[in-house]
Amino acid sequence: MTTELMIEMNNVHKWFGDLHVLNDVNLKVNKSEKIVICGPSGSGKSTLIRCINRLEEHQRGEIIVEGTELTNDSRSIERIRGEVGMVFQQFNLFPHLSILDNVTLAPIWVRKTPKAQAIDKAMEYLKRVQIDDQAYKYPSQLSGGQQQRAAIARALCMEPRIMLFDEPTSALDPEMIKEVLDVMVGLAEGGMTMIVVTHEMGFAKEVADKIIFMDEGQIVEAKSPDDFFNNPESERTKMFLSQIL
Amino acid sequence: MNTEIKDSIEVTKPPIASIGIIGWLRKNLFSSWSNTILTLLGIYILYSIIPSFISWAFIDASFVGSTKQECSKEGACWIFIKENLKLIFYGLYPSEELWRINSMYFVLLVCGIYILIPNLKYKGWVGSFLLILFPILSVVMFSGGFGLETVETRLWGGLFLTLVIAGVGIVLSLPIGVMLALGRRSKLPVVSLLSTIFIEIWRGVPLITVLFMASNMFPLFMPEGVNFDKLIRALIGVMFFSAAYLAEVVRGGLQAMPKGQYEAAQAMGLSYWRMMALVILPQSLKMVIPAIIGSFIAIFKDTTLVLVIGLFDFLGIIQFVGTNPDWLGFSHEGYVFAAVIFWIFCFGMSRYSQNLEKKLDTGR
Ligand SMILES: Nc1ncnc2c1ncn2[C@@H]1O[C@H](COP(=O)(O)OP(=O)(O)OP(=O)(O)O)[C@@H](O)[C@H]1O
Ligand SMILES: [Mg+2]
Repeated sequence: MTTELMIEMNNVHKWFGDLHVLNDVNLKVNKSEKIVICGPSGSGKSTLIRCINRLEEHQRGEIIVEGTELTNDSRSIERIRGEVGMVFQQFNLFPHLSILDNVTLAPIWVRKTPKAQAIDKAMEYLKRVQIDDQAYKYPSQLSGGQQQRAAIARALCMEPRIMLFDEPTSALDPEMIKEVLDVMVGLAEGGMTMIVVTHEMGFAKEVADKIIFMDEGQIVEAKSPDDFFNNPESERTKMFLSQIL
Repeated sequence: MNTEIKDSIEVTKPPIASIGIIGWLRKNLFSSWSNTILTLLGIYILYSIIPSFISWAFIDASFVGSTKQECSKEGACWIFIKENLKLIFYGLYPSEELWRINSMYFVLLVCGIYILIPNLKYKGWVGSFLLILFPILSVVMFSGGFGLETVETRLWGGLFLTLVIAGVGIVLSLPIGVMLALGRRSKLPVVSLLSTIFIEIWRGVPLITVLFMASNMFPLFMPEGVNFDKLIRALIGVMFFSAAYLAEVVRGGLQAMPKGQYEAAQAMGLSYWRMMALVILPQSLKMVIPAIIGSFIAIFKDTTLVLVIGLFDFLGIIQFVGTNPDWLGFSHEGYVFAAVIFWIFCFGMSRYSQNLEKKLDTGR
């Protein structure tokens, strides 16, 4: 298999006011690669992945997604966002729309898919995350785990080439975490390119090709799961691992 | 164990005195000595007002006849309203052209009822017809052209004029208000500044001043010979005035939206306008329905101020016919009638707002 470069971040810096949130971040993600990002709270994990679909703007360096450099050109940003799906910690489903309408919204309005076709595809993805029986309910009528799976289906419906997950299980009750992780494992096995911010180390071991440890806006360690857990180099990584394992 | 619990639940019913009418009375009207006194006082006041009002308005009132002389001295003279009904409802609009107004009322009524009946198809089409074609059709029907005789706006009056002003004010001010609210929150400094200035200027001026300016000062600024219809000037004034208020109401709704909704919409590649139209506005407008309808009710009642620039709206014309020598001394009946009609419209809007809220409630 030839490797195809999906995401490239070169010397990326970002500040919030005086706060240096991303400090010289370099990252390459190949097609079908699964990256797990972990690190202490406030280390810039969310900011990093939000720069990839430009929910945040970086101030220095370059970010290239599928060959397109992220600039202020709104056309290319919207196109890239169509290729990059995102799943949030708080689900962020649209409460005024049914699950089905949530899932078909972007295909219909961004991809211009005919409605009937969009519904067919939506039902297919809802079935894949096992909530096709909830299609006509509103988000408030679903459990947290079901909502998060709906959010994943909503992102998948755009047939993205890259999926970003920002702590997708952190807001869930323990008994619902597994149902969401199972969906993500299935997605990974299907060959999706994924960047996942999570503290679920079991998931990281099972799925990740590379685990990245961030601290104070820097990528401190980037290793395969084996190396990451058994031979961490940096003291900060060791300390972090001792806390969460 | 389980059955025991179940039994005990079935047995305990609330004591009679805490439910039903007696319970309600006790809890709400006679819960303490001071409340009992207030209740009795309230009953006494109602007792002394209501019966005398009822005998004035109905029992002693005169309904049949056509002149002042046929009215009894003690009761209300509803003949006054009856005889002047055409003026009160249509102003000086020519009698032979009234069908034009009435047929538009009829169309409005039919469409309105159609939209209010639940579960009918094509509501979107009927709604768009009402919002787009109906106003255009109304302009032609009311003022003339296309073979219809021209009726100058100075002849428009009464409830008809009130509905025209309130209708235009309501229908046009909402979209303008939404645009102003979006403008004020815009990231582009110029847009935001201009919107803010516009909103604050209109909100800082009483409507009566706006109307005076529209009527008296506006022509001074226009090049000679250019002249707008007075009604149109008043309409523009009312429209921007209420748009400025609505803008702030809508902005409140926009601010209450969680950031995650914007982010989710952006992350799926929706453009700014699609995000607003499909995700943000439906939710934030829903949140502020009560305040929006409140503004509409306020506009409806504020239309009475157009009297100061010489337009005879519903209330204005009632006052005007009260000064007719044939009907001197019946202003009470006129005001009561005006109050009842205003109340019916405003209460209708208020009820509609509640229904809409219930219907659109999908939880958070
Ligand atoms: N919009 C913002 N404005 C100002 N500062 C921000 C903003 N968003 C994040 N920050 C700050 O940037 C730093 C990095 O935030 P980020 O959300 O990327 O951290 P994180 O690693 O995702 O943390 P967590 O595990 O708590 O989610 C934090 O110190 C945070 O307070
Ligand atoms: Mg975070």
